[in-house]
Amino acid sequence: MSPKAQAALIAKLTALADDELILSHRDSEWTGHGPILEEDIALANIAQDELGHASTWLSLRQALDGTDPDRLAFFRDAEEFRCAQLLELPKGDWAFTMLRQYLFDRYELHWLSAATASTYPPVAEAAAKILREERFHLQHTQAWVERLGQGTEESNRRLQAALEGQWGYAQQLFVPLPGEEILVGEGIVPELRRLKEDWLENVTRHLQASGLKLPLPPGYQPHSREHHTEHLWSLLAEMQSVARWDAEARIW
Amino acid sequence: MVSPAPWPSAEAVWAALEGIPDPEIPVVNVVEMGIVREVQVHEGRATITMTPTFSGCPALHTIRESLEHAVRKLGLEAEVRTVLSPPWSTDWISPEAKQRLERYGIAPPKPVGDLIQLEPSPTRCPRCGSLDTTLKNSFGSTLCKSIYVCNTCHEPFEGFKAV
Repeated sequence: MSPKAQAALIAKLTALADDELILSHRDSEWTGHGPILEEDIALANIAQDELGHASTWLSLRQALDGTDPDRLAFFRDAEEFRCAQLLELPKGDWAFTMLRQYLFDRYELHWLSAATASTYPPVAEAAAKILREERFHLQHTQAWVERLGQGTEESNRRLQAALEGQWGYAQQLFVPLPGEEILVGEGIVPELRRLKEDWLENVTRHLQASGLKLPLPPGYQPHSREHHTEHLWSLLAEMQSVARWDAEARIW
Repeated sequence: MVSPAPWPSAEAVWAALEGIPDPEIPVVNVVEMGIVREVQVHEGRATITMTPTFSGCPALHTIRESLEHAVRKLGLEAEVRTVLSPPWSTDWISPEAKQRLERYGIAPPKPVGDLIQLEPSPTRCPRCGSLDTTLKNSFGSTLCKSIYVCNTCHEPFEGFKAV
């Protein structure tokens, strides 16, 4: 791999991991606060899966540049994170959390399916592994979108409000990183533009069938993963507090 | 006189690893769960290849340490490698282990090929054997299990996800 492609791949793996890590943290904020016990458990499971996926992507990065996944997760500042802004937004109500997870799961399913054909075997292998676990997420969140959309007037209203708040942010998932075209050219990662068509078709069909209206215009669309919402700072302050409290600790 | 082999054989290492229970489901061991993929012994050093069940499974750390510990107890140095490919499948769980799961109260995983069927075969209640059961939640007490309820004996039970 050329040094340019390697640098682009390190950046991409970091972005993939950061999306999973930040979403995992937002989901974990529901632990002990879920609407019913079974859902509390389900979302804790999903959060745990996403954390495992973040760890997988960071271990692929570690194989390239030797960086320690724990250092990256707990000792980087907000400016160094490369997550999409959608995942930083506060957890909101149940409709907000379920919709975000659904939009992300659907994107991930398309991305991972395509990435199983990566010319870089570690990416293809990780994608195949993660895909098996993600199927359960999509099954779950897709059902929740339908349930809330078709449920009561209030659940529909809350879900519609969530969609209006997230639709623009969700488009950022399909904005490539600077230099990502090198990876696409070498077949290492799929091209986001093509995945977006499939994603858009699928989510539009499901959201409309669930009684929702797609927001027009779509709302604020972030373009760079170098920019973050103010919410990322407070999220990290909490997520990283224990590790930073005793940075020399070797065992927790 | 044949002198004894200087180091325990790979077979001896496999046998030792079979003594390690799955930390979350102690009625089955890590070998019959399909977690240990390969054992190589060379010059006093055992290289174990393992594959994670679920990426976020918190038991992985414990399993890795148990593997290292079991190998060292045989007087060998231990190296544990993790591979992601081919991805772990519940089809690798041995038939005996599946029976033990059921006796333990966990419906064993169905064959993975079943998932693409339009009407997958029903999950049998491990308590009363009824096939009239309902999936209540894809997610359960651990990443590898779902929650069901039996419509005959009305008891909830856990089932292993087929992956």
